[in-house]
Amino acid sequence: MARTEVAVRVSIGDREGLLGGLMMAPALVYIAALVGLPFCLAIALSLTSATIGNPSIHHFVGLANFTSVLHDAAFPFALRNSVIVTVATLIVTLVLATIESELLAHDFRGKWFWQILIILPWAMPVSLAAVNWLWLLDSEFSPVDWILHQIHLLGPGTIWGPANHLYYYGREWLGLGSIVAINVWRLLPLATIIVLAGRTSIPRDIFEQAQVDGAGILRVLFRITVPALLPILVVAAMFTALLVFGDMTVVAITTRGGPGYATQLLPYWAYLKGIEGGELSEGAAVALFMFPILLAVAFLALRMAYRAESR
Amino acid sequence: MATLELRGIKKHYGSIHAVDGVDLAIAEGEFLAILGPSGCGKSTTMRMIAGLEIPSAGEVLIGGQPVTHLPPRARNVSMVFQSYALYPHMSVAENIAFPLKARHVPHAEREAKVKWAAGLLGIEPLLKRRPARLSGGEKQKVALARALVRDPTLFIFDEPLSSLDAQVRALARSELRQLHDRTRITTVYVTHDQVEALSMGDRIAVMQSGRIRQIGTPQQLYSHPADTFVAAFIGTPPMNLLERDGRMLGFRPEFLRPVPPTTPGEGALRLNLRIVEMEFLGADWLVHGQLETGARPQRLLAKTQPDVAIKLRVDERYDFAVERAHLRYFDRATGLRVDDGPH
Repeated sequence: MARTEVAVRVSIGDREGLLGGLMMAPALVYIAALVGLPFCLAIALSLTSATIGNPSIHHFVGLANFTSVLHDAAFPFALRNSVIVTVATLIVTLVLATIESELLAHDFRGKWFWQILIILPWAMPVSLAAVNWLWLLDSEFSPVDWILHQIHLLGPGTIWGPANHLYYYGREWLGLGSIVAINVWRLLPLATIIVLAGRTSIPRDIFEQAQVDGAGILRVLFRITVPALLPILVVAAMFTALLVFGDMTVVAITTRGGPGYATQLLPYWAYLKGIEGGELSEGAAVALFMFPILLAVAFLALRMAYRAESR
Repeated sequence: MATLELRGIKKHYGSIHAVDGVDLAIAEGEFLAILGPSGCGKSTTMRMIAGLEIPSAGEVLIGGQPVTHLPPRARNVSMVFQSYALYPHMSVAENIAFPLKARHVPHAEREAKVKWAAGLLGIEPLLKRRPARLSGGEKQKVALARALVRDPTLFIFDEPLSSLDAQVRALARSELRQLHDRTRITTVYVTHDQVEALSMGDRIAVMQSGRIRQIGTPQQLYSHPADTFVAAFIGTPPMNLLERDGRMLGFRPEFLRPVPPTTPGEGALRLNLRIVEMEFLGADWLVHGQLETGARPQRLLAKTQPDVAIKLRVDERYDFAVERAHLRYFDRATGLRVDDGPH
């Protein structure tokens, strides 16, 4: 019997190993060039006496940069504030994201409008957001102060008086609170989207079963929803923590670390030291100080997420 | 334990009438199956009984008390979902204990009740496991134990067997019915599978397009269907329907039998059929015959014993007959059954 011969050419698409390697290559090059190289460079810089004026890495000084950073007056402030701002932002963001995703998981009239509102901060250009927050918490023209004044919480003879202004960016705890508030505002959309994705993947049956089983709203929330959301909450926490801990834009726009070092954060201090102050090697040392903390957080979070997933 | 009554229940979603006026009364301890094709409104009806949906109109009464607008937790109704809806992050014991915790039952009593429910269903060895590590049949038993543990006034089942293998399903059917006979809890069982409805239900309500077409015992539904929909829906294969003298004529395939050409039929329906196909079903044969006397050819089915079927040949013509007692008459326009027998 005659058989039709079909000429089949083995193309590159059939060789999975080679194809995989080729498709991975751009990512590997990118990571090596823009993450690996700067990281190695930072380690090298931190062990030398390089400055902006003389950026050579030939003069090896050992751990001298690290000890000098540790003894810097700003260091305890920067470390404490970085931890406080990260933890506070994390808690507030996760609570709000859980509440928002719980609301958005239900159908109601005008839901699309609220969805847009919730996502809006994410779509806002940084420059516009900066102007907005500088004005909102301005030392003289703050509308927040004005509202507090109108409802008699601020001003002479009130509980937050007698001054007419709170000077948000000029005081230690108000400054840190403002940084936390802006970080929450900035990161809530992402956290909400992550948590909502997890929330909508929980079968609806389970919530209805809990209702029929006699659970009220709070019992459903704390005994069913939150435990079921736990793995995805860990993921959201990780993203939020990494984005807050490594961020210097918010503090740079608002308090600039002041008054004194009272609201200084590690990444902004590293920038001030290394770039503004010209001490490249000390800046690198501060930045590297953050690395093991970030790595530990990421590692722990991923492990917890996997463990919760595989149960 | 209690009675359940639905009075003119309706549920409208915009212009869609999911449930369009359902009246239903279930006696104490009764096992009622709601049977219908998908989209007939049976699930919506069940959700309104459980309190997961609020009816657009009508009333739900449990034990004579109106509960139409009460939330699910105020109804003491137990429900077993099709997916079993076990809480994935809790152990089997915690799952079963959940309805008791929600009712603030003291710890010692809770333990005892969980043990009792697990014992009733034979799942004590599973109490420490998580739902992800259970088989389909085990999950179903855990869901049943969780539903039983709090002495519900009413049991609702939403297709609880449809995610089980065929073999497990037959066993689960009889176990479920035995469980009901032991506990005598009033039960509403929603299914699209007529085998489940016919084998388990004390009575069956057949639903279509948001309305109940017939309520009756399995035997009533089978031998005296209220309309052509029920006639064609109940039974595998369904009732033969044939238009004759301006009415619809119905008869079950097992009553359509080949007869010698000379046998006088007293009031019997005689039909000359050409055999087009013969299907082997095991215990008997399903004979597909074609009636070619009318305006257009019509398929009729006959369930035939092997000793009779062996004499039949495909493409040959034979005389078939149905005794008068087995004929049902339906109105051609409305589809409703009219009193048996010709005028």
